[in-house]
Amino acid sequence: MLNFSKINIIIIYLIFLFISFFSILNLQNEESLFINKKVNLGLDLQGGSYLLLEINSDPLVKEKIQSKVIPLKKLLKENNINYSNFKIDEKKLSFDVSDPEKFELLFFSKNDNLVNPYIDNYNSHELTLEKTNDTINISFSKYGLLNINNSALKQSIEIVRRRIDDVGTKEPTILQRGEKRILVELPGLKDPERIKNLLGKTAQLNFRLVSDNNEFGTEKLVSEIGESLNVSKRIIMSGDNLVEAQPNVNNQTNGPTVSFSLDRLGAQKFGRATSDNVGKRLAIILDGKVISAPTINEPITSGSGIISGNFTFQEATDLALLLRSGALPTPLEVVEERTVGPDLGEDSIKSGVISLIVGFALVILFMLYKYKIFGLIANLTLIANLTMLIGVLTILEATLTLPGIAGIILTVGMAVDANVLIFERIKEELKTEKSIIHAFHIGYTKAKVTVLDANITTLIAAVILFAFGSGPVKGFAITLGIGIVTTLFSAYFLARHLTSLIVLNKKEGRVNL
Amino acid sequence: MSTKIDFSSKFKLANYISVILFSISVMFILFKGLNYGIDFKGGTLIELRADNSNVNVSEIRSSLNSLNLGDVNVKEFGKSGDYLIKVEQKTDNNNKLIPLIKKNLKERLNAEINFRRVENVGPKVSSELLQSGIIAISLSLAAMLFYIWIRFEWQFSVGSIVALFHDVIITVGIFSILSLEVNLSIIAAVLTIVGYSMNDTVVIYDRIRENLNKYTKLNIGETSNLSINETLSRTIITSLTTLLALVSIYVLGGEILKGFSFAMILGVIIGTYSSIFVAAPVLKFFKVSYKTLEKNEDKIIP
Repeated sequence: MLNFSKINIIIIYLIFLFISFFSILNLQNEESLFINKKVNLGLDLQGGSYLLLEINSDPLVKEKIQSKVIPLKKLLKENNINYSNFKIDEKKLSFDVSDPEKFELLFFSKNDNLVNPYIDNYNSHELTLEKTNDTINISFSKYGLLNINNSALKQSIEIVRRRIDDVGTKEPTILQRGEKRILVELPGLKDPERIKNLLGKTAQLNFRLVSDNNEFGTEKLVSEIGESLNVSKRIIMSGDNLVEAQPNVNNQTNGPTVSFSLDRLGAQKFGRATSDNVGKRLAIILDGKVISAPTINEPITSGSGIISGNFTFQEATDLALLLRSGALPTPLEVVEERTVGPDLGEDSIKSGVISLIVGFALVILFMLYKYKIFGLIANLTLIANLTMLIGVLTILEATLTLPGIAGIILTVGMAVDANVLIFERIKEELKTEKSIIHAFHIGYTKAKVTVLDANITTLIAAVILFAFGSGPVKGFAITLGIGIVTTLFSAYFLARHLTSLIVLNKKEGRVNL
Repeated sequence: MSTKIDFSSKFKLANYISVILFSISVMFILFKGLNYGIDFKGGTLIELRADNSNVNVSEIRSSLNSLNLGDVNVKEFGKSGDYLIKVEQKTDNNNKLIPLIKKNLKERLNAEINFRRVENVGPKVSSELLQSGIIAISLSLAAMLFYIWIRFEWQFSVGSIVALFHDVIITVGIFSILSLEVNLSIIAAVLTIVGYSMNDTVVIYDRIRENLNKYTKLNIGETSNLSINETLSRTIITSLTTLLALVSIYVLGGEILKGFSFAMILGVIIGTYSSIFVAAPVLKFFKVSYKTLEKNEDKIIP
């Protein structure tokens, strides 16, 4: 165990130097990066905001099931199936039919099925039905719901990204988390309220005509200034047709406004509707609330317009941003939020580093006192271990968190265990063994299994913690896990080699262990 | 130089102590329960720093009264001027309350307020976090059991698992007795304790197995005694260096790491104790001998 071939020594030190080299990269100047790799600081250390958003696809499901009503009735009529008792529920449609078998056949046809399309990816239809006697209940199938959810989630992520990019925070992270959630990390952000406000609005914009009386097909909406209006349910044009929106100031009233321009289709629709309805009022509705309801003075065919309302310039800016980025398919809820101010982050780094230095110093002094020259070896390998640990973190571009720093300190305390196990074993062997070299050899060999056993158990705990932990705790699992690997390397290669240098040069006499 | 302490004669007394501590812990956990932090209970946490020493706990509490927040917990946190406010979860998500609370504090307290940390965990997320924490701990116990089962004989698996439960339950029990907050970092601590305690147990078990084969005439009590004594200086040195590192985190690492490092310190002490006084006696209970090892030739024996 103490004989190293030249090639072995070279490989061991090359690995050590290679990995340690990366730890130095963290000292690089921000402006002149030699190799663009470094350990990232977690939000708890650099300050910033973490938001976990959840989509709620229920309103979407309701909307989609309602959109099935017309094609479904058409299908029934075209095929001469009599139906009665048609009911629209939150999540299902139900009706009685004269010929359930015939209907079922049509309902589950795979060719050109407009009512109930077949989803190839899932090998399933979008809708499913339940029969009780002659009553048929139609609802979305498991995969139909999944489909709605997934496309809503994808779209939401896209819109969230656009809105956050538009606000202009630095290096945001936007990721899908599970089936319903979006994780947003905003480093450096001190107060997430504005972002939360922006993400909390679906920003579904539409233009609808105001009617004089409460005739059929209208609903009562109250405008921002408290006016009660009968607004037609028919949507002339929605925010989907918007291509650009900017905040402005009205020259005459000095009030903030939002100007917008429309795509070709939108411009056509808008032009036709305004030409036909000169003199009537047009309600501009955002998320079910009337922002304003100006009178149409003349046809607007240019494809651009101005929204004026009772808002501040900040609100106009945000509205323009929301309109530019498009509407969220469904409302988002902030289900978890963590914000750390930059000064707390700095304090955490400071106290983390101080406790690391102190813990490190205590362990080093203790080992030196306990094992003298071999303590020195243990300490040298401990330092090597730390630089390698940071090197691996750099290579992986891992995120260092406050618990992560705790993991490093804990590694310092536990890393000496491998060397202690070996040294203690050698001590025992020295009692019965005459040859020092032989004692060291046996000591290393016998301790090997124990060292491995002991470290694998901690590694198991670290891996499970990594798999189940979230955020900062994951950072702890990373440093603890990598620390174990570098510890094994440094104890079994570096320390063993250094030990061999001493022992082999001291063929006779005593070893002070 | 090796010590010759008669551990096995003290096994019985130690086991009584362990059983009593364990039972007390279970009772406290069951009847008093744990003081869950917002990670697991949901709710809002605000850490603030006031530049003015006139601000105090009761002033902060009274300035929040008008908001009708229900159960509000305000306490000093570390340095003077630093306060921690915890607001319990409402049926509705709290996150709309945060701007209101901030505004109220800014207006009513006669000081410059710096909000250093704001956390809000909704009810859905908190129950998931608790669930995944429990899964993680159970899974790690199962993984340890599996590892020991392939490396040792079943009597050793039972011994190490008994020791693990002993350590985890007593550590959590002490948190219940002292009403210390249990949050995500405590789960991390408990998992690390599981790893550490196992590590310590394995070292002694390895030696017991080796000695059973080496000194076939000794009974398990004598073998345990010998093995514990042989590994004692390692046990003490490693626990000491680990404790040195942990105490350094506890004292200097700031308020956020206090709970974590305290749990770890408890765990290391209890884990070290249990390897000697819980894990080894279990082998004695099963009357493990070198014959037990022979029956399991397929096990990897070094």
